Amino acid sequence: MRRLLFLVPLAVFAVLAAWLYLGLGGDPSRIPSPLVGQTVPTFAVDGLATADLEGPALVNIFASWCVPCRAEHPLLTHLAAEESIVIYGIAYKDKPEAARAFLAELGNPYRKVGFDEDGQAGIEWGVTGVPETFALDARGVVVFKHTGPLTPETIRHDLLPALAR
Amino acid sequence: MTAELGHFALTLALGLALLQATLPLYGASRGQTALMELARHTAFGQFVFTAIAFAALTRTYLVSDFSVAVVVQNSHSLKPLLYRLTGVWGNHEGSLLLWILILTLFGAMVSLFGSSLRETFRARVLAVQAMVGAGFLAFTLLTSNPFQRVWPPPLDGAGLNPLLQDPGLAFHPPLLYFGYVGLSVAFSFAVAALLEGRVDRAWARWVRPWTLAAWAGLTAGIALGSWWAYYELGWGGFWFWDPVENASFMPWLAATALLHSAIAAERREALRSWTVLLAIIAFSLSLLGAFLVRSGVLTSVHAFATDPERGIFILLLLGIATGGALALYAWRAPAFAAGSPFRPVSREGALLLNNLVLATACATVLLGTLYPLFLDALDAGKVSVGPPYFTATFVPLIAPALVAMAIGPMLAWKRGDLAGALGRLWAAALGAALAAGAALAYGETLAALGLGAAAWIGLGALVEWAERLRLGRAPAIEVWRRARGVPRAAWGAGLAHLGVAIVVAGITASQCFQSELILAMKPGDSAQIAGYTIRYDGTAQVEGANYHADRATLAVLRDDTPVAILTPERRFYPVESQHTTEAAIRTTFLADLYAVIGEDDPEAGRTVRLYHNPLVPWIWIGAIVMALGALASLTDRRLRLTMPVRRRQAAEA
Amino acid sequence: MSTMKLSAAILALTLAFLPMPAMTALDATEMLADPALEARARALAKDVRCVVCQNQSIDDSGADLARDLRRSLRARLLAGDSDEEALAYLTQRYGDYVLMDPPLKPATWILWFAPAGFAAIALLLGLRYFRRRE
Repeated sequence: MRRLLFLVPLAVFAVLAAWLYLGLGGDPSRIPSPLVGQTVPTFAVDGLATADLEGPALVNIFASWCVPCRAEHPLLTHLAAEESIVIYGIAYKDKPEAARAFLAELGNPYRKVGFDEDGQAGIEWGVTGVPETFALDARGVVVFKHTGPLTPETIRHDLLPALAR
Repeated sequence: MTAELGHFALTLALGLALLQATLPLYGASRGQTALMELARHTAFGQFVFTAIAFAALTRTYLVSDFSVAVVVQNSHSLKPLLYRLTGVWGNHEGSLLLWILILTLFGAMVSLFGSSLRETFRARVLAVQAMVGAGFLAFTLLTSNPFQRVWPPPLDGAGLNPLLQDPGLAFHPPLLYFGYVGLSVAFSFAVAALLEGRVDRAWARWVRPWTLAAWAGLTAGIALGSWWAYYELGWGGFWFWDPVENASFMPWLAATALLHSAIAAERREALRSWTVLLAIIAFSLSLLGAFLVRSGVLTSVHAFATDPERGIFILLLLGIATGGALALYAWRAPAFAAGSPFRPVSREGALLLNNLVLATACATVLLGTLYPLFLDALDAGKVSVGPPYFTATFVPLIAPALVAMAIGPMLAWKRGDLAGALGRLWAAALGAALAAGAALAYGETLAALGLGAAAWIGLGALVEWAERLRLGRAPAIEVWRRARGVPRAAWGAGLAHLGVAIVVAGITASQCFQSELILAMKPGDSAQIAGYTIRYDGTAQVEGANYHADRATLAVLRDDTPVAILTPERRFYPVESQHTTEAAIRTTFLADLYAVIGEDDPEAGRTVRLYHNPLVPWIWIGAIVMALGALASLTDRRLRLTMPVRRRQAAEA
Repeated sequence: MSTMKLSAAILALTLAFLPMPAMTALDATEMLADPALEARARALAKDVRCVVCQNQSIDDSGADLARDLRRSLRARLLAGDSDEEALAYLTQRYGDYVLMDPPLKPATWILWFAPAGFAAIALLLGLRYFRRRE
């Protein structure tokens, strides 16, 4: 019994180390969205409001000043053109003319674009940074959220399966 | 060429560390003096070669050699010389090299001052120290080589984060690392003792000075970091329970416990296996801190590497060092005989209470720091564990130790007289009651508890000195004679406790009695805070060495008499493309008047934030007093690192 | 290296998709005219974590999003929300992660109850030490 007591520190440390190892793989800046599983939040900005959204669809938060959005853009264009996926865009904290110029230059994959100049709709969507992409099902429930630029892998492994469900 | 020389020296240091980690152990088990003696020389060699590598890296910064990757990433030719120098350790690779430099320095010091140690024990200590060294040298050479070249070299570097271009922060890492790494000596002593299966009073006496030195560095380093946060971050706070801060606070708590338990182990042979365990834990928490800061598992720490490969390497080091030591502990420690018995109310009892409280507090900080990580690993949601959690748990947990702090030193060894001790502390009790009453008069219950505790601890330390000197009860000549006879360690302990009292008073008063005013001001506007009138005289553009700034002029008046001019700044560093705020502080040592400026609104005016922080300087003054207490103890004859030969024989007998 | 503004600054640099923070916290122009309401807003903001800077409250943070959240919080209070309602507004959008003070729920039971457990273990160990000796 007394000997066992001396094993306790080692046991506690083993559990701790295993946990730290598990923690290594994770991305600490990733914040899960409480919106997943909820119907879309109520918002209304110039050009887009809650009632306009018809699932299944994607809602993409972008901005002309955001460099990764530029990188992500061809993927969105591809999704809209080749996969016939409906995408709504929200230009976050961006001047409408800047956002329009951005779309004029790179092409417009969105069915409708809302201009959220002051970022209030961003708060309703729980946006932490652009780009962010939400997937909605046919009932208008958020089924998936991705923070940061989409990649072909995310689209294949997470986004499309989430939309198909 | 310099970079290659540094790289080569570092490789040689690794070779020496590997030799030192193995041969002396073999020698110690076979009784071969030559192999054991080898450790003494390789310890110096390791230090010398690491120092060469460090000097080489420093040179690449000083001459702005932009063919070296870390210099490109962290320096710039326009940066002031001081920050080109301190930029050496302002990043992952360089700070790791600094860590190793201090680690090998401690190894060399053990070799230098260790002539009083038993030959086999010294060989084992140095071997364990070299194992740790080899681990870190391999880590830096394999994953974080600071001498990596880039080709073609760019014309100039990316600069250093302007928040780091500050004298306070420049010297924070060396002090902090001195503390972190100093604990490795206690660790090596503990592991060597477990290897030998022998923990005696001499062992505890050897461990104490190393722990004291490390603890002084850790205390000063943490204080310097919090001072920097106070004046540089710009909203008057000094401690945020940030994971990185906690990473330095946990080893401090463990080292504080170790300092106290080692006293019981040395004087009464009590708590010996616990002391060994604490020595292992204290350094393990240092390693854990390194893991947290460098692996990218916690968000706060994006400051350093976010490379998972590095995380795995440190975790491996942590697993081998701590896991190995704890396994050895589980195997050997049950055989240690219990020390002399003591009553709960006794000096040992008070030291035990101190240890239990500190261990509980440390476990809580550990839990709070790692909990978000645990939940995330289990995919059980994401929570933040912020200051409200730590204040709600840490403060009540640590409170019993604050009460006992004044009483413990008044108790006799083995069996103390609680009523007698309390009776002799009447002055401290009276002072505590007065302080608490004064705070209550202002309607602050928390302040009453904090200031009461501060007065109790501080006056308790003074009463204990007065008792030792028979102050007021013996003639002056007798008091003087006694003062000279009081061991330095007793002065040191009292000083450290006094430091704690000062810190507690500073934290309490600054938290409970802070005044804050945030307002938009136009030139000529005035505001009132804590009896001062602050007049905003406008903002001017100024040019710094590598930044432009908006500098506001705030006249401070008391009863219409100007007492000071405050010039807070908002700086812009073009190389790094970053803004910083520079607070302007006027201190009277009883309170700080603290001003920062925000943006200028064309309509409303310039945002000015004013704070009046009572007793806030005491936090750092107290920390300095604590560190001085540790240094005073270090000069105690009993703890001298080299003991005369005759004493050594007596100690071994 | 200590503290969060530092890490926040570096975070902002590494996550290039964030707008450059202006690095000043609460601005005088954001504050509410009613001192009681403003005091409530300050107290609440100190317990809301800035989601882009990770380790600062929105009251201390200079990030754009922190400013937006401060404005939203004040707007909720002006609209008559209680403190709890105003915080719930944020947790519904950003999750419990935004609360500096972790709420008591099954996932945080260990967090909140373990310190008392540690103290109990320490007490037991202490008692055991003396029982064994007697």
